[in-house]
Order: sequence, then C-alpha cells, then structure tokens
Amino acid sequence: MNIHEYQAKELFKEFGIPVPNGVLVETVEQARQAVASSPLFKGDSKPAVWAVKAQIHAGGRGKAGGVKIAKTVEEIPGFVEQILGKTLVTHQTGPEGRKVQKVWIEEGSRIAREYYLSAVVDRTSRRITLIASTEGGMEIEEVAQSHPEKILHLSIDPAEDYFPYIGRRLFSFLGLPFQVQSQFVNLVRDLLSFFQKRDASMVEINPLVLTQDDRLVALDAKVGFDDNALGRHPSIRDLRDLSEENELEIEASKYNLNYVKLDGNIACMVNGAGLAMATMDVIALAGGSPSNFLDVGGGASKETVEQAFRIILSDPHVKGIFVNIFGGIVRCERIAGGIIAAAQDVKVTVPLVVRLQGTNAKEGREMLKSSGLAIQVAEELFEGAEKIVLAVKGEA
Amino acid sequence: MSILVDRSTRVIVQGITGKEGSYHAVACREYGTKVLGGVTPGKGGSTHEGFPVWNSVFDARDAENPDVSLIFVPPAFAADAILESIAANIPLIVCITEGIPVLDMVRVRRVLDARNAEGAEIRLIGPNCPGIITPDGAKIGIMPGYIHKRGRVGVVSRSGTLTYEAVWQLTQLGLGESTCVGIGGDPVRGLNFIDVLELFEKDPETEAVVMIGEIGGEDEERAAVFAQTRMTKPVVGFIAGLTAPPGRRMGHAGAIVSGGKGTAKEKMAFLESHGVAVVDNPSLIGKTVFDVLASGKSRRPLLPV
Repeated sequence: MNIHEYQAKELFKEFGIPVPNGVLVETVEQARQAVASSPLFKGDSKPAVWAVKAQIHAGGRGKAGGVKIAKTVEEIPGFVEQILGKTLVTHQTGPEGRKVQKVWIEEGSRIAREYYLSAVVDRTSRRITLIASTEGGMEIEEVAQSHPEKILHLSIDPAEDYFPYIGRRLFSFLGLPFQVQSQFVNLVRDLLSFFQKRDASMVEINPLVLTQDDRLVALDAKVGFDDNALGRHPSIRDLRDLSEENELEIEASKYNLNYVKLDGNIACMVNGAGLAMATMDVIALAGGSPSNFLDVGGGASKETVEQAFRIILSDPHVKGIFVNIFGGIVRCERIAGGIIAAAQDVKVTVPLVVRLQGTNAKEGREMLKSSGLAIQVAEELFEGAEKIVLAVKGEA
Repeated sequence: MSILVDRSTRVIVQGITGKEGSYHAVACREYGTKVLGGVTPGKGGSTHEGFPVWNSVFDARDAENPDVSLIFVPPAFAADAILESIAANIPLIVCITEGIPVLDMVRVRRVLDARNAEGAEIRLIGPNCPGIITPDGAKIGIMPGYIHKRGRVGVVSRSGTLTYEAVWQLTQLGLGESTCVGIGGDPVRGLNFIDVLELFEKDPETEAVVMIGEIGGEDEERAAVFAQTRMTKPVVGFIAGLTAPPGRRMGHAGAIVSGGKGTAKEKMAFLESHGVAVVDNPSLIGKTVFDVLASGKSRRPLLPV
C-alpha cells in the first residue's frame, strides 16, 4: 500500500525525522484561509519561499508541472488553483495520468546540498537494506546505471539491529560536514525504526537536504507498506486513499479477488497468480491483448465467478472473456456448473471461451457444451487463447 | 530415488485442527503420506480426524521424531510456527501459509541461516507455496495428487496452479516427475531455485528439470548461472509475466517489476544465453522437455567455473 507525501511526512515527524512544516488543502478556498491564518505564512520568521506540491501516488510530479515554488504568499492560492483538479501524467502514472485532489503547501528550505537516503527489503540479502547516494534529487535507478560508485548499500542484520556505526558509515560515504554527524546518525536510526515498527516495504527520502544553517531535512518522502502486515497496523491501513486506486480493483478486493487492470480488450479469469500471469502472456502470444490480471483463487465457486464476470464486464474495453481454470482440489464439474450459472445471471454478451483442465475435466467440458450458452470450450491453454483472439477479431 | 521426501517420510501438521490444516492433513494421508498427527497449542492430548494432537512441536518431536512439519497456521502466527519447528530441529519445514509479513520472514531466515551455520541441517520450503510431492511416495502440500505420475523430470516453481499445468503436461506425455517442489511466491523464502537444482542434479532418477519462474527479483538468473556451471542435466525454463505492467504486484507478493528490474523479457534472455531451454508458450513446457530428452543431448559437459 502506498501513501501520500504529506502522510509520509506526518509519520516521519512522529518518529523524529525532520520534515518541513506544511499544510494540506483540498480547495483553493482552503488555501486562501491557510495563507491568511497559518503562522507558516506570516511574521518575521516566515520562510523565503514555499513549495506547492500536488499529492498523487506517483513520482515525477515536478516534471509534469505538479510542483510550484511560490516566492510570495500572494502567489500560493493561484498555484493551488493551477494544480488542483489537474491530471498529471508522469512516467509512473501511465498515459491516463492521475487527477490531483490534494495539495501540500510547505515551507521552502535554503538548500546547501541534496542527498539520497532510502530503505527497502532487499530480496537477495533477505534483509532491510539502507541505500545512500550523494546524487540527491535524481532517480536512484539512473544513478545506479550511470554512477554506481556514488551509491552505498548497507544491509541491516535483523539480529544486530541498529547501532550508530551504521549511520556513521553512511555519513562518511556521503561526505556530510562533521557538525551534522549526530543529526544524521539519529535520522538513520529513526528511519530504520519507522521501517521496522510500521512494516514498511520502502521508505525513500529524495532529496534529503542539508540546509545552509546545517540542518538535515527530508524534503520529499515516499513510503510504501507491506500489504501482508497491514492487519497489525490499523492506523496505517486508515491512510489508504481509495481515490488513488482503480475503481474496479477496489471492487474486486471486496470479494477477495486479485484484479489488476490492463490496457487490452481480452479479459481473463484464472485460478492462481502464476497461471493468471501465464494466461495473460498466452493471450498476447496468440495475437491478442489482455485487459486484466485476475486470480479468483482456488475455489472458483459460482459466487466468485459471478463477481469476477461483473468486474470484468464493467471495463468497457472488454470484447471477450477467457476463463482458464485448472481444477485440482475442486472438481471441474463443479467449476463448470458455477461458470454456467454465473454466465446466465450476469448475462455475458461478449464471446466466452472456457478452458478447463484437471479433475473430471471431460465431464466439465461436456456440461459447458450442452449448456445452451454460447460458450466455446478448450482443452489446452494455447488453444483457448487462440479461440478467444479469433472470436474477438471476428466481432470487430 | 527422488529428492527431499519419499515413501518413508514422516510428517506432522502444524495447525491441524484448522479448516485448511485438517482438510489437507486428511488429503495427504489419503495419498499415502505418513501423517503422524499434528500440533495445535491448547488441544494437546485430543484426536482430530483420527490424528493425535500435540500442544507443541517439541511434544510431537519427543513422541514421533518427525522428518517434516507441514504448516497451515494463519499468516499472523506463521513465523512463530516456523521458528518453533526450527527450534525443535525438524529437518524439513513446509509452510503453505500465504500472506506472512515480509519482515517476519526476514527474521525467520536470519534464525534459520544462523542455525544452519552452527551445523544444523534444516530446510524450509515456502511460504506461500503448494508444498512438495514425490509421486507415489509422499504428497506434503495442497497440490492435487492424481495429476502426478512418478517419472524422470524434476519440477521447481514459484507458482502453484502454473506448476500443476506443467506437471499435467509431463504426466500426459508419459514423462512423469521425480519430485515437484513449489518454492513459493514470496520475496523472502526458504529454499531457492539453486538449492533445488543442486538436489535434482544429484538425484539419479531425475533426467531433466523444469524451472518455472516469474517476474521480480533475480533468483532465476542466479539459477541459470548455476545450471550452466554446475549441472549436467538439461533445464527447461518458463517465466510468467511477459505482459505484466511494471510496478504492479501480480498476485504473489514477490511478483513485481521494480525499478525496471526483474522483467520477464530480461529473465528469458538471460536464461536463454545461459543454456536453459526457454519456453515462451506455457502449453509447450512438457513437449519441450520431451524433445530435449529425445534429442539425446540431455547430458552436457560442465563449463569451467
């Protein structure tokens, strides 16, 4: 699960990681009120500039016009107006982009230098790994390509946990000035503590800035959490922003269906994640384009299949459905019965190909054939993919 | 021969009184697996579906000295269950549970590795996997037993139903399987491709290996290097997720392309260039193994390391 920058910064604050002060607004009116009332915008100690930042779950906001620097307080509501409601297209949003519904206004920092600091679970070392780089503000993948020597990876032994030497190693690699050593060492400690105590899957501070008055500040914050651990962190689960997710995916998750929307026009419904991916691949191999990933799990009961059909058919691009079930524990006749009943109830009007294999597959296929419904039946995976691709092309 | 488990393997089930544990303990027993009983804390001394129940893995060990513990404990308690089996020195732990927090598995792996470094020999299969089966020997997991047939091909996979697909083809073609190991779809797990490939290479019954990978991580690449430098037996590979978009988790926690790394295309090219027979059509996994074995080029010389 991903969260917004402003939420990440609130969590950082709770764990003692320094962040800029800011306010969140959802309307231009709120921005006007904030500017008029919040101490962040007045008095002698007010900052010289403010950053007005679109809150969406994707990186690359700056390049897409989602971040503005206001040099006067008066400029701020205008910038908020420009950003709010705008659809930002970045390299992480896909071509459809993301609509901005929240804007975070924060104090600007007088930046002396920018750094990169993150923590992830590294699947190779099977440990939390800290990653630091002197190239703050750049995409870490790009730095890894062009200047791998400018990145330090440090894996944390879960039996040892955090000791200050770990922070000092990163500190000397980054070449930070001595007067911020203890600040930095504590920041790494707090970052790691946040990661472990909240079951994060990724925490990225890019850039981490050193200000001209020798303070370290997390200027940006990107945080993802381990979905498997949300059960023990209800306060983190509450941070989920449904408006950032695909409506069909939210609907599917209500029925324990694992659905991911794609760009094609052939829907698939499969039991098992690996087989579901392979089914998408086979549709592409047969010359079609899959419109989704959908794992209905082991059971594939009538109710599950019915919900799956409803979700699939809510996507207006879908021109055909390929159901691929490998009946193992659950016998194929039962699955066939479920598919027939669900197809009748949902009134599937696009071509439907069902490939059944496994326990009593023959009987299951016979049931589908004699159901009186326009269901094409396949024995093999590729055969099924070819049939649905052909059927969809015939429709077009 | 086979790897890891056979007819003589003696199994206990952690979480045996739960819905899943109970159902599959019975199914494994029906297949012919020696299921000795199970563990549910607080229910020790009772019987369930004809199985004796113990309060702890330690009690079960003292009573029966099992070779394997098969785990069906819910995700929030699964790490604890695995650690208990490690502490009790159970040689093979098979964890079916899906949805264990990854930081729990980080700690489990740390403990397991430390114990093995001290001289213990404990293996973990999974979590988030279908388990392990040696056809006509022992089924220790949730796979449908009847699709398997004892034979010549070893199968190792990160997936569940996709493995059944491959196994079904091998069975239909009469090749059969020596042992099938589902290593699981989580990013941090026990046995990896390499560990299983090494066992298959040593197993006289195994003549070829099917390796089923998917997007995310670099385990398939490491396995390909191992196969090229340390194996004489042919490896046929399939990678699921060619059409998966980057940054999205495809069902399995570990199936995600992140930072442009771990794409199916990259993996397939890497495997191909390291001598693995890569199949792009999953319907042809069995046929490819058949052709490789029929070509007579099944044994190949080792490359100098």
